[in-house]
Amino acid sequence: MIKENEYSVLVKKHSKPSPKPKDFIMSFVIGGLICTFGEFLFNFYASFDIKGDILKAAVPSTLIVIAAFLTGFGLYEKLAKHAGAGTLVPITGFANAICSSAIEYKNEGFIMGVGASIFKIAGPVILYGTAASIIYGIIYYLIKVLGG
Amino acid sequence: MCKKQGKFTYITENRPSFIGYGSVVGKKEHDGPIGKEFDEYNEDIRFGTKSYEMAESKLQELALKHALSRANIKPDNIDLIFAGDLLNQCIGSTFGLIDYNIPLSCIYGACSTMGLGLGLSSLMIDNGVLNISAVVTSSHFCSAERQYRFPLEYGNQRTPTSQWTTTAAGASILKCDSGKPYISAVTFGKVCDLGVKDANNMGAAMAPAAYSTIKAFFDDTGTGIDDYDLIFTGDLGKTGSELLYELFSKDNIDIRFKHSDCGLMMFNIKNQDVHSGGSGCGCSASILNSYIMNRMLDGTFKNILFVPTGALLSPTSSMQGKSIPSIAHLVNIRKD
Repeated sequence: MIKENEYSVLVKKHSKPSPKPKDFIMSFVIGGLICTFGEFLFNFYASFDIKGDILKAAVPSTLIVIAAFLTGFGLYEKLAKHAGAGTLVPITGFANAICSSAIEYKNEGFIMGVGASIFKIAGPVILYGTAASIIYGIIYYLIKVLGG
Repeated sequence: MCKKQGKFTYITENRPSFIGYGSVVGKKEHDGPIGKEFDEYNEDIRFGTKSYEMAESKLQELALKHALSRANIKPDNIDLIFAGDLLNQCIGSTFGLIDYNIPLSCIYGACSTMGLGLGLSSLMIDNGVLNISAVVTSSHFCSAERQYRFPLEYGNQRTPTSQWTTTAAGASILKCDSGKPYISAVTFGKVCDLGVKDANNMGAAMAPAAYSTIKAFFDDTGTGIDDYDLIFTGDLGKTGSELLYELFSKDNIDIRFKHSDCGLMMFNIKNQDVHSGGSGCGCSASILNSYIMNRMLDGTFKNILFVPTGALLSPTSSMQGKSIPSIAHLVNIRKD
């Protein structure tokens, strides 16, 4: 039988790689469009004289609700298939991760199914996002105290 | 009484024959190039049940129903069923076959389960331990995605080497008989691992297992590629099939023109967006129990090798960074 390192050369030769340039362009365009839509919402809400924190919360909330609906109708995954990181990185990707888990685990009940598994994909983002913000906060505090 | 020949191969004596066979698939499989060959399909991906797991059970129940009606026997005529699927604790099989009230032996060989089941069943029948036995295996795209990957509605990209789990089940009923296609030899495979870690490239992980088992069979029986009409591998897909050709070419054997892969037969890989091809326990099982059996009976094929391959990974072993061990079991099916 062939050696492991010899085989890995063959595997590399026959395994078609992902079309990276196409993936990059698609994620840039679709991700960019989502963010542009966010800017549009910002200006749209601002035109109703909504200001400050409410305005800052209204834009992502709207995007989250739209992404949740698209996930429920099975459309978000169709877009993500082409967009890749373009639909993963914006806040809509976070909404998709949570909603898709909620739908998936409904059959196992609302406590041990949806309740226990809703953050299965988004969990790492929440955990390490929170952890990173604590570390950032400490550094910020130290700079402020030491730097006067 | 079967006898062992060489290191890994068993030759049967009393012709354990396919007296019944049945296949059930989902809509996507029905829309594929050989979709018309299957006994039944359903537009509803849940097959009228509440969950994908129960849908997979339904697939097994229906596949066995078709096999029983072809064999023209009742469930209590069957001594033992060998069944398997990809779900934890084999719930596809246990829930699907419960109402038949037949002794059940659940087996696991990932996507090679049909080969393992046929091997065990035919040897026990050949030795007179069983009179009539059934083998049923299934897979379902949605339950497999849940088991191994992400929620269905989660937006992610699949790599070009990834494969599409087939929604299908196949059932065979075996008995010593004459005039029907029969299993003349069985080779059980060894676990092979050449260090492939990418769970989205299972064809690459499984190709060495297919090579190892087919090679062992040729060595044990003293036969070669020219002695058979066709070799059907289970679900190597495009990547895995090409790697299998490479492995055989090192022995100066060209199997390209005598090889078909069930994963490549199931879908139109260009138009049905399945990337490297189909996979799953139900893929090779449903094709064996439709397309292949139909052609064995009409005389198109007289002597074939059926070699389903299985990737023996689990979500746990993948997360722990382990490579993907694989296995392939071979049955030689003949019709005089």
